[in-house]
Amino acid sequence: MPSGFTRQQVSAIAALANLELDAAELDLFARQLGDILTAAEAVQAVDTTGVPPTASTVTRHASDRPDEAGPCLDREESLANAPDASLDAGFFKVPRVIG
Amino acid sequence: MIAPATVQVVRDAIRTRARSAADVCREALNRIEALDPQLHAFNTVVAERALARAEAIDRDRSRWRDAPLAGVPVALKDNLCTRAVRTTASSRILDTFVPPYSATVVERLETAGAVIVGKTNCDEFAMGSSNENSAFGPVRNPWAIDRIPGGSSGGSAASVAAGIVPLALGSDTGGSIRQPAALCGIIGLKPTYGRVSRYGLIAFGSSLDQIGPMTRTAHDAALALSVLAGADPADATSAPEPVPDYVAALTGDVRGARIGVPRRLLEQGVDGEVTRAIDAALDTLESRGATLVDVDLPHARYAIPVYYLVATAEASSNLARYDGVRYGFRANEPDLRAMYVRTRAQGFGAEVKRRIMLGTYVLSAGYYDAYYLKAQQVRTLILRDYDRAFERVDVVAMPTSPTPAFPIGERVSDPLQMYLADIFTVSANLAGLPAISVPCGFTASRLPVGLQLTGRRFDEATLLRIADAYERDTEWSKQLPPIASR
Repeated sequence: MPSGFTRQQVSAIAALANLELDAAELDLFARQLGDILTAAEAVQAVDTTGVPPTASTVTRHASDRPDEAGPCLDREESLANAPDASLDAGFFKVPRVIG
Repeated sequence: MIAPATVQVVRDAIRTRARSAADVCREALNRIEALDPQLHAFNTVVAERALARAEAIDRDRSRWRDAPLAGVPVALKDNLCTRAVRTTASSRILDTFVPPYSATVVERLETAGAVIVGKTNCDEFAMGSSNENSAFGPVRNPWAIDRIPGGSSGGSAASVAAGIVPLALGSDTGGSIRQPAALCGIIGLKPTYGRVSRYGLIAFGSSLDQIGPMTRTAHDAALALSVLAGADPADATSAPEPVPDYVAALTGDVRGARIGVPRRLLEQGVDGEVTRAIDAALDTLESRGATLVDVDLPHARYAIPVYYLVATAEASSNLARYDGVRYGFRANEPDLRAMYVRTRAQGFGAEVKRRIMLGTYVLSAGYYDAYYLKAQQVRTLILRDYDRAFERVDVVAMPTSPTPAFPIGERVSDPLQMYLADIFTVSANLAGLPAISVPCGFTASRLPVGLQLTGRRFDEATLLRIADAYERDTEWSKQLPPIASR
């Protein structure tokens, strides 16, 4: 739990987040995440019995619109920022996944 | 250099043909050239695009005659997408990103006649309170070049404070418009959640993010908000509420306004010079006929932990999209998973990684209820505190920042200490309320102090009215940093 993060625990969180941390970052984050979460534990003291969670403060959504296709980005523009793309085929390319 | 003008003055000068839009634009570009080597407020300057647009406005005056921002030079925080103009969020991972579309606010500004001159430096992905988390180096405070301008919209604040542009847009997830506005001595307005479309804003905390104006005067903020606000089919969280005439609300009259002051919250941790400036500002408002009322916000002291649990959870989810596939930086690796993790390891800076890690942890199995869900419940209590306060008062007043601008480098090694800079700003985001920072004085060493007013949902008009009335009685917003008059 918080105050005592190990390198292994930090490494496991990094894996969940698709991040790779070097040894110095593992040590730094073990300490800092521990400190931050220890401070955050103040919220545990609050009595929240029967209090609903707030995920969004939106109370009134804009009205529905008809489900009609409108203009959207064309394929070339959508691929223009890709580090690797096949413009002819219209695909984003990634390193080989299946052997 | 001549004194920087306001949106209103520039717009009227162009309308009456006293000045051309191209002339105004060239002056803004000249000021960038003269001042930005010291301030480092801009990531990208679009001189040719801006001049072409200003000249087009000059050529077709009749078309632009009634446009509310015709010819007004504007700077945009670099997390607002601009079609065909590089947009980086001050991150290495988006260093070369050129959006194929513009944010709704960008389209609204340009339709209103604004001339975009550049994209401003900020904390990476808007995560920070000092601008020191930018991958491109920190912005400097125009009032004291060795100090932070605040964050995350530090470049936008500095560019307005230094008189480069009369209007800049920022985004505010936990104070990122208001805190830099306070520390740079300008107006910063975070609208009600949903008041301004977030379409095209690079997402950080989607239930907290809002875009808003940063200006020299409350009048200019009112003018800008009238352009920016309104429902947008491209953002399902944008609000259908009608947009009032914010400029018409500026009556100069605060008689009868009830201003809540949460004295207990302000007892600790506020710099003495900040307290004195805030007290003097409240006295001024009282002498103009406003009534000060003690209010209690018992859960406000939990706002920082609640915010850093909720915002990082949302950030960890939002930033999952940066994987080197569709846009941005990619690390060269033959294996897909190695490509993902190295791209993110090399593309993100330390604070962004820290927040992704924290957010991933609080959302992970076994910890979700204890941290994320609990934080969302306390968020409800913070919201109810404000609802209760607004039964008795029209606005709640407190400092925007507990301290004036601190020296660059002072807090970088202690993220927890850095987070405390947001103590008074995060509640408005958690509760979805509008809040404004108004210049209200200086410390003995000439560092600006900001008064924050928080209002009822969709009641930006009252915030602007009080801010404008206060401005009429004081000279703070007319002051210029020495760098701007050199």
